[in-house]
Amino acid sequence: MDFATFLIQLLNSVQYGLLLFMLAAGLTLIFGIMGVVNLAHGSFYMIGAYLAWSLSSTFGSLTLAILGGALLSVLLGLALEWLLFRHFYQRDHLDQVLLTFGLIYIFEELRSILWGDDVHGVPIPDLLGASIPLTETLSYPVYRLFMSGVCIALAAGLYLLISKTRLGMKIRAGAFNRDMAEALGINIKLIHALVFALGVTLATIAGMVAAPISSVYPNMGSQVLIMCFVVVVIGGIGSVRGALIAALLVGLVDTFGKVLVPQVAGMLVYMLMAAVLLWKPQGLFKQ
Amino acid sequence: MTTRRLVLSRSAAVIGAASTGLLLPEIARAQGNKVRVGLMLPYTGTFAQLGVAIENGFRMALNEQGGKLGGREIEFFKVDDESEPSKGVENATKLVQRDKVDVLVGTVHSGVQMGIHKVARESGVLNLIPNAGIHAATRALCAPNVFRTSFTNSQPTLALGQAMVKRGHKKAVWISWKYAAGDEAFEGFKESYTKAGGTILKELALPFPNVEFQALLTEIAALKPDAVACFFAGGGAAKFIKDYAAAGLKGKIPLYGSGFLTEGVLDAAGPAADGIITTMHYSDSLDTKRNKEFRLAYAKTFKMQPDVYAVQGYDTGLLLVQGANAVKGDLTNKKVLYAALEKAVIDSPRGKWTMSKAHNPVQDMYLRVVANKENKVIGIAAKALSDSGAGCKLG
Repeated sequence: MDFATFLIQLLNSVQYGLLLFMLAAGLTLIFGIMGVVNLAHGSFYMIGAYLAWSLSSTFGSLTLAILGGALLSVLLGLALEWLLFRHFYQRDHLDQVLLTFGLIYIFEELRSILWGDDVHGVPIPDLLGASIPLTETLSYPVYRLFMSGVCIALAAGLYLLISKTRLGMKIRAGAFNRDMAEALGINIKLIHALVFALGVTLATIAGMVAAPISSVYPNMGSQVLIMCFVVVVIGGIGSVRGALIAALLVGLVDTFGKVLVPQVAGMLVYMLMAAVLLWKPQGLFKQ
Repeated sequence: MTTRRLVLSRSAAVIGAASTGLLLPEIARAQGNKVRVGLMLPYTGTFAQLGVAIENGFRMALNEQGGKLGGREIEFFKVDDESEPSKGVENATKLVQRDKVDVLVGTVHSGVQMGIHKVARESGVLNLIPNAGIHAATRALCAPNVFRTSFTNSQPTLALGQAMVKRGHKKAVWISWKYAAGDEAFEGFKESYTKAGGTILKELALPFPNVEFQALLTEIAALKPDAVACFFAGGGAAKFIKDYAAAGLKGKIPLYGSGFLTEGVLDAAGPAADGIITTMHYSDSLDTKRNKEFRLAYAKTFKMQPDVYAVQGYDTGLLLVQGANAVKGDLTNKKVLYAALEKAVIDSPRGKWTMSKAHNPVQDMYLRVVANKENKVIGIAAKALSDSGAGCKLG
């Protein structure tokens, strides 16, 4: 591998890592604050992708579709929290797993009824449709760089929200000691509803932004779900910062693993997880 | 302990038998002497559409015979196999033991197929495979009662290598998922490409069903082969085609593949798919009278366009009809039935085909190029192509 190719592969891994982060952030947030294991997280990614497809063909613009889709996902998140998840915060993890596992099937069926089982493509907006030539045979799509930009912006936004704002302080207080926060007059129910909606929206946005390059197809959520869990476990469950580091690490291992040791590429990420857990059983950044 | 366990297991057996109807009087079970046809196909999950297309095609062929098999009425039994390999044996057993089917039609997923195969070999029930291309079913583990109407995983790519060399591409990179179907497709490609004088620079693979292709596309760009050959299918195929174009490789390094690369994904892939050349045993745009009539009739009946899976389902029906006619509907007359199936000539929308000794189609492979969201046939890549059937001792 020459130096130029190495740099391009590095770019590939960062870009993949950032996408993984955007997916895993919502998952780790919901677990960290409310203690809910949400297996249906991948379904939200799929719903996002299908929303991007159906709304962009209605509105004729991906930007409008993403805005509209984000709004719908906030509503979906609030509704799900109010109807279901609210009643599961204090319950056993096994109950939560059963609930969210059931939700995966429900969402898949609804998707099949609403949108069918076809594979769909979402056109890349003209503004971002170009490619930058890197070598004589390879170019880099501008849209991928745009995606990375969105991921970085979201990561920065999350960091500011949680550590620099009043709402973030309340969120952290609620996660640290629910009863005490409530006694101090913080409306913890509202906080939980907001955080849940935020987690759902992060996943759907990831699905919407990734739709033009990933295509839209049934079961796409279950494929990313496992990788999400790996990232969350490596990073330390509940830690957003850990998720970012872990996602970049996984991106790096996955990308270079595929190129350098293709025979075991499928295992490498899981070996990384096992190694990290041996070294730090709580993950890299335990809250 | 032993007696207690015995009592328990026996009562369980009695309850089980009662619930499956084993204890009903013989006459009640005979039910007017209908042929019992079991369909074990995916009706949910990734391959749901394929299951529906196969069943549609299959029923269409039977309906052309007035909905009868060798003059007998048909009773259908359906099981959704969910493309779930771990339930393969259980689901097939349901059809064979509970429903007592005379013939089991299924399935799509190769892993599930191995479950069916085990049950078929043990029970001796007639099994018709309408899709799954796993080699073993018509190679080392072939069986007198198992017939395939689709392809083996290496059959399309067995026609691909020579076509690529003929077009002047002497150095190629292979890329696919690292799983049984991908490995078997590679086997076909390797054999035909090296035999025709081509060199495989590198075999690239990623774990199934990973769709993060960017690293390997970068690798391809660095290797600068004359052409790329691949095996992908479904949603992953659409993404691969788009990523390939977005990485700037389209137009510089021609992309070839097993035909499944461009089945059912051309709308999703859009212009990125233009110019991709594939080999397969069928194409929607096949310009024959037989195919056009079939497509018109299918579209009228089911209000949707048929695809290769519908054709395979249809051919499964045609094959069963020929067999049933030879034994006048008595599917228990196995010797005559199997002989008829082995000698059958299927007048399929894909063109006429026959059975190989190992019970896999001997069929033409078409060379197709994608243009305007259609697989246009530009020639026949291999005539009457047969799978090697290596290790099969039938015939």
